[in-house]
Amino acid sequence: MSYLYYPGCSLTASAREYDLSTRATMHAVGEQLTEIDGWTCCGASAAAPISHLLSLCLGARNLALAEQMAPDSQILVPCSACYLNLKKAQDKLANDADARDRINEALSAVALSASGQVKVRHLLDVLFVDLGANRLAAHVTRSLSGLTVAPYYGCQCLRPYVEFDDPEQPVSMQPLIEATGATVFDWDMGARCCGAALVSTQPDDGLKRVASILKAAKGADLIVTVCPMCQMNLDAWQAKASQTTGEDLAITVLYLPQLLGLAMGLTADQLGVNMNLAVSGPFLERIAS
Amino acid sequence: MNESNPSVIDPLDAVREKVRACIQCGTCTGSCPNALEMDLTPRHMWRLVIMGHLQRVMASRTFILCSDCYTCTLRCPRGLPLTEAMETLKGIAFTRKEKRHQAPRLFYEQFMQTVRRHGRIHEMEFMTRYFTAMKNPMTSLRFAPLGFKLMRKGKIELKGDKSTATPLGALFDKVSSMDQAAATAAHAKETHS
Repeated sequence: MSYLYYPGCSLTASAREYDLSTRATMHAVGEQLTEIDGWTCCGASAAAPISHLLSLCLGARNLALAEQMAPDSQILVPCSACYLNLKKAQDKLANDADARDRINEALSAVALSASGQVKVRHLLDVLFVDLGANRLAAHVTRSLSGLTVAPYYGCQCLRPYVEFDDPEQPVSMQPLIEATGATVFDWDMGARCCGAALVSTQPDDGLKRVASILKAAKGADLIVTVCPMCQMNLDAWQAKASQTTGEDLAITVLYLPQLLGLAMGLTADQLGVNMNLAVSGPFLERIAS
Repeated sequence: MNESNPSVIDPLDAVREKVRACIQCGTCTGSCPNALEMDLTPRHMWRLVIMGHLQRVMASRTFILCSDCYTCTLRCPRGLPLTEAMETLKGIAFTRKEKRHQAPRLFYEQFMQTVRRHGRIHEMEFMTRYFTAMKNPMTSLRFAPLGFKLMRKGKIELKGDKSTATPLGALFDKVSSMDQAAATAAHAKETHS
C-alpha cells in the first residue's frame, strides 16, 4: 500500500524524531510514503478562532495538492492536530456543498480546488488497521520484553471523529505494544488531555494536566505518544511539572513508531532517539543490549 | 436580557446558534479536564451565552481554558458542537481585543502571521515574535530553558529554511474579504428583520 504523507510543521523542527521514526518504520515494513509537494501549515488550533473559513481553507489547500498528485489517495498524518484539521476540511468538502463552494472560491485565489475525495488517516489508524499487530510482529527482531509501556493517545486522533478506536477507552495501541514483546501498562489516563497549548498560554493550568498524566504513569518504564504536542508537553515540560508538584515525575517518553522501530531492530540513531528530551539512562542501556 | 443595542449585531449570536438546545445537564462540566480552573463552569457559561450576557462571558477565563480535547462535544446528550462554540468565543474575545485575553490572542495572532508569511510554522521565529509582542521579558525567560534544550538537540532552525516557503497572503486576503462580506450580509439581514 502506498500513502501520501503530510508531515506538518512540528515534524520539520521540534518533532523531527517523529518524522524520522515514522518514515523509517513504515519503510521497514515495506510501505511507501510520498510527501505532498508544497504542503503548508494546517492552521493548528490558532486558525479556527480567528476565522473558521481560514481554518478549513488551510486544510483544504493541502487536500487539493494531494488530489493533484493522486485523486483517490490516502494521506497519512502523524500529528493529531494536523490530522483533525485535514479531516475537518475533507469532511466539509465531501459532505457540505455550501462549504465546498466557499472553500473553493477562497482557494481560487491560489489557483487550487479540492473535492474532498482523498482519505485522511492518522498514523495510529494505519498502524492498527492497515498493518496490524500480526504483520508488525513478523518484523520484530529485538524483543522489548521486560519493559512496561503506558499508551498515551491524547485527544484529537480519537475525538471528535470516531474512526478506528473507542474515543473514551482506546485500545488500538495495546496489540501494537504487545507485538514488540513489551507489556501494556494498565491506566486510565490514555485519552485524557495533556493541556495542549495551555502549557504555553496558561502555564499554571497546563502544567497541572501534564503532572496528572506523569503521576498516573508511575510504575511504567515509558510512555508512548502519537502527537508532537502531547510529546512536547510530556517530555519537555516534565522537569517543570516535577517542580510544581514537588515530586520526581521523570519518565522516558517516546513516539510510538520509535518503540516499534526499536523492536524491528532499527538503531536509536535511525529513529532519532537521541533527539528525544526525556530518555532515561536505564532505558538507553536496555535498548543497547 | 440581551445587553446590546438591537440595531447592532450581537457577537454572541453565532455561539447562541450552536448551544441554543442546551438542557443544562452539566455533562460538559463533568467531562472537562480544565473545569476546576474555570471561574464559570461550562454549563453555567452556556446559560449566560443563551441569555446574552456578553460582558460576563468575556470577563471569564472559561473559554480560554478550553484545550480542544472534544470530550464535551463527544458526550453532550444534545450533540452540540461545544468545542467549536468555545473556539468561536475565543475569536470574539480576540476581535474585541479583550485586555484579559491578550496573551493567547498574541500567541494565536503571531502564529498565524508566521503561517501567512511562510506557509509553514518556523517555531523559533514564531516564539520570538510572540515574546516581542508580549513586551514581557518573563515570558521569554520561561521558555528559554526549552529553547536551549531544543537547540542542543538540533531541533531548531536558527535562520529558518526559506527554501520551501510558500507565502499565503493571497489566500488569507481572499478569506478575509469573504468573511467581511458574509458579516455585512448577516448584519443587513438582521437590521431588516
